Amino acid sequence: MTVLLDPTSERSPTIRPRLPRPDSLDGLTVGILDIAKSRGDVFLDRLDERLQERGIAVRRYRKPTNVRPAPLPLQQQIATEVNLVIEGLSD
Amino acid sequence: MSTLPEDGLVAVVKRDCPTCVMTAPVLGELARRAGIIVYSQDDPSFPDTVALRESDLGLDMSHRLKIEIVPTLIRLEGGREVARTYGWDRAEWERLSGLSDLGRDLPASQPGCGARNIEPGTFERLKVRFNETGLKSRRIEIGGDEDEQEAMFARGWSDGLPLVPPIEERVLRMLDGTGRDPQEVIGLVPPALAAATVEKIAVNAVMAGCKPEYLPVVLAAVEAVLDESFAMHGVLATTMFVGPVVIVNGAVRRRIGMNAKGNALGQGNRANSSIGRALQLVIRNIGEGRPQEVDRATLGNPGKLGYCFAEDEEGSSWEPLSVERGMKPGASAVTVFAGFGLQGVVDQKSRDPESLVRSFAESLKAVHNVKIAPACDALIVVCPEHERTFRDAGWSKARLYEELYRLCEIPGDELVAGARGIAEGGPASLAGKTVNKFRPGGLLIVRAGGDAGMFSGIIGGWSASGGHGSVPVTREVKL
Repeated sequence: MTVLLDPTSERSPTIRPRLPRPDSLDGLTVGILDIAKSRGDVFLDRLDERLQERGIAVRRYRKPTNVRPAPLPLQQQIATEVNLVIEGLSD
Repeated sequence: MSTLPEDGLVAVVKRDCPTCVMTAPVLGELARRAGIIVYSQDDPSFPDTVALRESDLGLDMSHRLKIEIVPTLIRLEGGREVARTYGWDRAEWERLSGLSDLGRDLPASQPGCGARNIEPGTFERLKVRFNETGLKSRRIEIGGDEDEQEAMFARGWSDGLPLVPPIEERVLRMLDGTGRDPQEVIGLVPPALAAATVEKIAVNAVMAGCKPEYLPVVLAAVEAVLDESFAMHGVLATTMFVGPVVIVNGAVRRRIGMNAKGNALGQGNRANSSIGRALQLVIRNIGEGRPQEVDRATLGNPGKLGYCFAEDEEGSSWEPLSVERGMKPGASAVTVFAGFGLQGVVDQKSRDPESLVRSFAESLKAVHNVKIAPACDALIVVCPEHERTFRDAGWSKARLYEELYRLCEIPGDELVAGARGIAEGGPASLAGKTVNKFRPGGLLIVRAGGDAGMFSGIIGGWSASGGHGSVPVTREVKL
């Protein structure tokens, strides 16, 4: 383990907070990432339907395999095309 | 760690020390006649003349006993040290042990060697291990599997380039570069107006890649930009290009190996690059001044990674910038100027100062816009071949300033908005008047650059130059 000395004014916590959740989905584009586990699509398809019913733009993505992280090009594509991502774990 | 005896003799040695090897028979004699524990810093089997040997490969005991030289012989009474001697000195060893006739066949005395626990790097490691650093900064633990560089980037500490990880040992060594108290507050760094202690600045200097001997220059630069008249908050927050440009004068330049010669404003010199970078990291990390946040620069400039160089004083016929600004000749000083980029003044044909000064003046008129006057301040970096032209004609620096101001008088008709087909410009009331491109005192001249090449440079300033904005500030470099 390495211990570093904080170079900052120390006004922010050492553990970085998660990005805040949006107050509303209005006007945002939602990405749905299927991690490619079997039957995950059942849940994600239903979410997709519900979001579209509310007039929210949805884009769908799928990882080639659930056993590895999403390939970098896919990560970059998602980051540039949507405002937030939903992914689901199924089993 | 083993424990020291309440009473008796203790010695610390290393096999690598010829004096320790020479005194091994004496240590054996002390073991037989008085009893002694010997701590060996490098070889637990040394000295084989003594049965009660303790390995001190980790140097914990040596550090605890504050050993500086080996061999060191210590007498303890009631758990306290009552006497100490180092190196071999028969009379001292006899006095300390209360025995006579020690090491008869040895010379009367022989100096010892440096102890391993005070070797650079080791000493800092031991201080960290025993929590003796006195450093106050918050500790950030990086996971064993986490990449340090990525962790620092993720925390927003970087200017976009990799950083030297600010571990405690490095910060301690950095602080050796100054005699100032690590907790001394140099100033409040905008925009957060957070306190810049010597320690916090040292942490950022480590990250920037500074050596400890650069730290006094970094401290002086931080002090200078935090002077109210420099207006660091505005320099940071402006949409214009500027950032602090640091010019170093005096003895410190050569002592720390700064570049004032070829490519002085370019890459490749550690001191030039890392001092300027450290100042920017202080503003980023302590002051929280970050691009696209409070730093609203439209384009910025590459010098905002760090813009620092030394004046080429040797062989110059002019007084250095710092002397011109009131410092004693030879005194080390930094001057900060809110500036950006570099506009070249290429003149390979002028052989007399009258022609060359016109080249300079006409180029200066283009700073910001040919239609804007008065414009920003400007820093002129005169290359040695151009300076030679002025020197050979006997032009002092004062004469050059005077001629430049005179030649930067511009007919107001040329400056009126719309004149010359350019909408930019001043009010119609300028017509018929004369306007100077620069405020009085708005030009600074330094000499730097390689010996070959008739290429000087203009570093433009901020539109809010002068009393209502930023004025250059000079500060002495204090060790």
